[in-house]
Amino acid sequence: MSAISVRDLRKSYGAYEALRGISFEIQEGEVFGLLGPNGAGKTTTIEILEGYRTRDGGDIDVLGFDPERAGSAFRERIGVVLQHSQLWPNLTVAETHRMFAGYYEHPRNVDEVIALVGLDEKRTARVKTLSGGQKRRLDLGVALVGDPDLVFLDEPTTGFDPAARRAAWDMIRSLRSLGKTILLTTHYLDEAEQLADRLAVLRGGVIIREGTPSELTSGSSETEIRYRKDGQEVVIRTSEPTRLLQHLTAEAVAEGRELEGLSVRRPTLEDVYLSLTAEHQE
Amino acid sequence: MKLLRHQVKWEQRLFWRSRESAVFVFLFPILLFALLTAVYNGHIYGRPASWALLAGMIGYGTANTAFAGLAITLVSRREIGILKRIRATPLPPAVYLTAVLVSIMIVFAIQVASLFALGRVLKSTPWPSHLLSLVPALALGVAAFAALGLAITAFIRSLEGSSAVLNVIVLPMAFLTGSFGPTRHYPKVLRAIGDVLPLKYLLDLINGIYLQGQQLWDKPTAVAVLGGWGLFGMAVALRTFRWEPREG
Repeated sequence: MSAISVRDLRKSYGAYEALRGISFEIQEGEVFGLLGPNGAGKTTTIEILEGYRTRDGGDIDVLGFDPERAGSAFRERIGVVLQHSQLWPNLTVAETHRMFAGYYEHPRNVDEVIALVGLDEKRTARVKTLSGGQKRRLDLGVALVGDPDLVFLDEPTTGFDPAARRAAWDMIRSLRSLGKTILLTTHYLDEAEQLADRLAVLRGGVIIREGTPSELTSGSSETEIRYRKDGQEVVIRTSEPTRLLQHLTAEAVAEGRELEGLSVRRPTLEDVYLSLTAEHQE
Repeated sequence: MKLLRHQVKWEQRLFWRSRESAVFVFLFPILLFALLTAVYNGHIYGRPASWALLAGMIGYGTANTAFAGLAITLVSRREIGILKRIRATPLPPAVYLTAVLVSIMIVFAIQVASLFALGRVLKSTPWPSHLLSLVPALALGVAAFAALGLAITAFIRSLEGSSAVLNVIVLPMAFLTGSFGPTRHYPKVLRAIGDVLPLKYLLDLINGIYLQGQQLWDKPTAVAVLGGWGLFGMAVALRTFRWEPREG
C-alpha cells in the first residue's frame, strides 16, 4: 500500500514556479529520499505533504488524507522534523518529550523514545545546554513521541559534523526497522545513498530521475577509464569497457609501454547526480 | 478539555521558569508599585495616594502582562519555529492559543493579588470590595489587551526588537492614561491622546470600582470602549496572525 501518492503537484510563489508538476509514490515502510540542490523545491514539497502549504494543482494523498484539509486525526499519525526549528530552551529533554506526548492519543513511552534517539544521559539537561547535534536528536525524539506511521525529515543532518551524521544515520535506520515510512530531503548524496530505499532527484521544480540508488547509478551505462599517455591525462567514457580495455592494453603491450595511472571506475551516484543536474542547467 | 489542562500546566511551567518573563512581566509592576508608593504622599482623587497608585499599577500590569508579555512570548516562539512545530501536532490551534491566554490570566490574577497584599502590608490599602464588578472588569481588560497583543505580533518582525517596541507602546500609554498618577495637569494634547487609549478606560473602571465604590454597570462607556478595542484587536489578529517565522 502506498503511504504517500503525489500526482502532478504544482506550486507557484507569485511568478516563480517552485514545483512544475511532480509525481511520485512512497510505499508503506519505505525510506524515500528527495534529493536536490538548494531551491529545487524539496522543502516546498515536504511542507505541502505535511499540511503547511496549499498546492496550486495536482492530487495528493497522505495516509488517506488530503493534508490541506486534514485535522488532528492526520496529525496523530505523522511526525515532523522541520528544517529550522528550536524548542523551549528552559525545559529539560524529558519535559519537552512529555509535553509533546500529551498532544497524542497513544504516545510512545517517553523514556523509550529518549533512549532511541540517544539522549539518555541528557534526560534532565535543559535544552539550551545541548549541542547542535543533540538538539537535532531532540527534534527527532519529539517527532517520534506520538508513535507516527509516517515521519518527515527535512534535511535532518544539515550542519552536522561527520560523527553526528553517522549517529543520525544509524537512528534513521533504526526507524526503518520499526516499520515507519520515512520521507527525507537532503542535498547530501551520500546520505541519500546510505538511507533511502528509493529516491527522486528534484531540480528546478521537476523530478529528473527516480529509482533505487543502484538503479540510478546503473541506469547510466558509462564506465570511466583513465590513464596517462605522454604525460597527458586521457579520460574515456564507454559503454563497452571490456572491449575498449582489451584494445588499449593490447596496444600498450604491443608497443611495450605502460598505461600509467590506469583506473577503471563505475560512476558513483555523485557523478550521476552532477551530470543530471548539469544537463538540466543548460 | 484534557488537552487544554495539559497545555495550561506546561505554559505555567514555561512562564515561571523563564527568568525574563517572571521578572519583566510578573515582578516589574509590583516593584514599580513599591517604589511609587514610597515616594508619593498626600491624596489622589480624594483618596490616599497609595490607593490610586495601586489601582494604576493594576491597570499598567494588565497592559504589561496581557499585551506586552503575551506578544513577546508569541513573537519569540514564532521566530524560532515553535509555533510552526506545534501546528504539526494534533493539538488544535484554538486550544493552544486559549491555553496561552488562560496561563496569562493566571499570572495576572496572582499579580493582582500580590499587589493588593503588598499595598495592605506597606500602606494599609483596603482589600477590594465589589469583587463582582472588579473581577469582570479586569477580565475584560485582560481579554482586550490580549487581543491587541495577538494583533501586534504580526507587526513585530523580529525577536530582538520586540521588547523595545512593546515598551515604547506600553510605558507612554501607562503614563498618558494615568497609571502613574493623575493626568489632569497634563497639557491638553497629551490628555487628548490619552483619551483614545484603551488603558484609560480600564483605569476608569478600576478607579471607579476600587476608589469610588461604583459598580461595573455604572461605567457603560468605559466598558464599551474597552470592548471595542478588544474586538478591533481580535479582527486584526484574525487577519494577520502568523504561525511561521519570516522566510529566512
